[in-house]
Amino acid sequence: MFKRFRIAAMGLGLVAASAMPAFAQGTLRIGMTAADIPQTTGQPDQGFEGYRFAGYTIYDALVNWDLSKADTIADIKPGLATEWSAVEGEPTKWIFKLRQGVKFHDGTDFDADVVVWNIDKILNDKSPQFDPKQAAQARGRVPTLVGWKAVDKYTVELTTRVVNSLFPYDMSYIFYSSPTNWEKQGKDWVKVALQPVGTGPFKVDRVVPRERMELSRFDGYWDKARVPKLDKVLLFPMPEAATRTAALLAGQVDWIEVPAPDAIPRLKQGGMAIVTNKYPHNWAYQPSMVEGSPWTDIRVRKAANLAVDRAGLTKLLGGMMMEGKGAVYPGHPWFGSPSFDIKYDPAEAKKLLAEAGYGPNKKPKIKIAISTSGSGQMLPLPMNEYVQENLNAVGFDTSFEVMEWNALVTFGFQPVTGEASTKAGTNGINISRATVDPYSAFMRLYHSDFVPPRGANWGLLKDPKLDELINKAHTSFDRAAQTKALADVHTYIVDQAYWVWIAYDLNPRAMSPKVQGFVQAQSWFQDLTPITMK
Amino acid sequence: MLLYALRRLIYLVPVAFGVSLLVFGLVHLAPGDPISAIVPPDAPKEVIDKLKEYYGFDKPLPVQYFRWLAVTLTGDFGTSIGTGRSVASEVSSAFGNTIILAIAATTLAFTLAVILGTAAAYAKSRIVDRLVTLISLIGVSVPHFWLAIVLVIIFAVEWGVLPPMGMGPENSTGWRLDRAHLAHMVLPTIALSVIPLGVVTRTVRSTIKETLSMEFVTALQAKGLSDRQILFHVLKNAAPTCLAVMGLQAGNLIGGSILIETVFAWPGTGFLLNSAIFRRDLPILQGTTLVLAGFFMLLNLTVDVIQTMVDPRIKRG
Repeated sequence: MFKRFRIAAMGLGLVAASAMPAFAQGTLRIGMTAADIPQTTGQPDQGFEGYRFAGYTIYDALVNWDLSKADTIADIKPGLATEWSAVEGEPTKWIFKLRQGVKFHDGTDFDADVVVWNIDKILNDKSPQFDPKQAAQARGRVPTLVGWKAVDKYTVELTTRVVNSLFPYDMSYIFYSSPTNWEKQGKDWVKVALQPVGTGPFKVDRVVPRERMELSRFDGYWDKARVPKLDKVLLFPMPEAATRTAALLAGQVDWIEVPAPDAIPRLKQGGMAIVTNKYPHNWAYQPSMVEGSPWTDIRVRKAANLAVDRAGLTKLLGGMMMEGKGAVYPGHPWFGSPSFDIKYDPAEAKKLLAEAGYGPNKKPKIKIAISTSGSGQMLPLPMNEYVQENLNAVGFDTSFEVMEWNALVTFGFQPVTGEASTKAGTNGINISRATVDPYSAFMRLYHSDFVPPRGANWGLLKDPKLDELINKAHTSFDRAAQTKALADVHTYIVDQAYWVWIAYDLNPRAMSPKVQGFVQAQSWFQDLTPITMK
Repeated sequence: MLLYALRRLIYLVPVAFGVSLLVFGLVHLAPGDPISAIVPPDAPKEVIDKLKEYYGFDKPLPVQYFRWLAVTLTGDFGTSIGTGRSVASEVSSAFGNTIILAIAATTLAFTLAVILGTAAAYAKSRIVDRLVTLISLIGVSVPHFWLAIVLVIIFAVEWGVLPPMGMGPENSTGWRLDRAHLAHMVLPTIALSVIPLGVVTRTVRSTIKETLSMEFVTALQAKGLSDRQILFHVLKNAAPTCLAVMGLQAGNLIGGSILIETVFAWPGTGFLLNSAIFRRDLPILQGTTLVLAGFFMLLNLTVDVIQTMVDPRIKRG
């Protein structure tokens, strides 16, 4: 019986043999977590996975990210602009000098008119090329940009609404698509999405919606050091983690994003490499700071930070997290030198709660809005249940308002005093945050001017001293002073225990041993250009 | 017969209207906001408001419904807010892929179910009957997405004999009838056929058993008809009930393939719906659900007509 079964299996094998094509040397096949190919017209959707695979591959920004090193946090570097500076005496005006000789994949030139045309595309809804879908992705990334004009063929002047010394970071999210291609595609962005043209190291050969995107090396790329070594990159949407794992183990792809933690031992057993690195990600509870909330007492906030057994949580996730120590991790240039050490100390947590007037008969009631899944949320249900046990063990009364990821994002569009939160009775929210640049790491989350919908200061934190520190960072034009100011901001928010910081994701991806030369940068974005296939 | 079919077709109009209302209502009842799914979490409110206006989500729900109904009646279905592509083209290409899988799965499930169910009903040996009952019980009890993952682990990961995902080799577009594409179909077809196999086997078995106990079978035996001739009469009598169940199962298979298509990354309507749900792509959700519901209604109508052809008593009734 078993012999027959084996013969049948061999028969199936013969059928399948023709289904497993021989792959050209230098073709990298990636299984993404997205359920569809990210938007390819210029400004990708699908979060930073979209930026990773349909952004920095096909396009360039004026300011790119240096993704060549694994041991330091990725920082910005010249991209399509070779240099930039604020105008002396007029700090809201910026001059960007553009790189000369840059060609789009269709052979047309990149210049100042292209920059103006592309900014019109996302910010000027009267322009013929305005695309609401790209605008939706890009506008929030450049909140202070209000003016743009070409000075000469290779110089543009950009104006910000307020003094913003960190403006170059914002410009790292804006990509430049070919105006000629848009004309050629009948001025139709839907058609451009199928045949996009950028200046990036990879050009798009084919987009098959919901199935795959085929990229190939752009030999004419301006940065000769980053001309891809690969011939092709194929990207497949695979939203289901089990599918990605099986596809990698079966050799149908060479690289998968975010393997499920429980699949990692099996992947290692199958000879796959699990690549991780810290990166600017933050999984935390953002508390309500409005009157009446228990979180307004610093002792309660410190107690919650000390109650969480992060080592146990790390074990729960199979080692795929780093223990939270603040908004950014130790070793980060903005970490600073906080005196409050976030660690597991339940005895101290209990003591602090007692000092704050809480006890077994009067527990601080906290209710956190959480999601069942979602981009960057890691494994929200088991993680939150674990944290709940930890918090309750020291004397909190913790409950959750559980919702689907998209509903949580919508929930976060209103501050804690909004209808949604008031109705749910929540006084905390658990949305993982990308802390890539100073605006996304601090300004939008902690500054009192950035209450939703303008920003993401959901808990209505209002601390004039903190506002001043953040403003100082955004008005310091000297790089060292800027870093120092950001470190001061971080030191202050940790010492005030303004959030309950719990974990940093480790950005795991699994890849076949055939993938060589990949350096996992400390970033949400990654560089595919140095990769070769063995 | 033609009049009967026409009358049934006319009955579909109010049903279709009700379905469209239900589809629209349910999609809008779900929590979350369609625009929030396509913008970054901290997008400014003015961007969100502008997009709402652009896509017409700023209008009252009844206005949105009638606008949608108007474009839907022209066969347009509107534009996907996730991709900007036409909903009609998205749904039609995905529906074609789902139909391919559904035809394979129904063929496999119904053929096996008729053979197994008939064998169990006729079996003198209790072992055969119990074995078939066990198979059908497993079919209706095993979660098909779990089975899908197990099949992938065994045949794709451990043995490496079949591809674990996709509709065809990576350099092909669309589906073709060749070895490579057939190999990609094997596992999803098996996984998808398990539930209808279980349900239809049980129905065939019990209906044939019941028919066999009827007096006309004794009369046929007394008349000296061969077993094969009697089987033909039994099957004809059992057919209306079995056809009704098969029709429902085929419909379920089309609409219920979300998990299977997601596990196998098969770009059909299930995969499209899954993606649309997470992106809150309401036009895609509405369009796909409406097409699936329409297909289900037409399938039921077809089954009813066939039933009437097989059993004229239904028409008289």
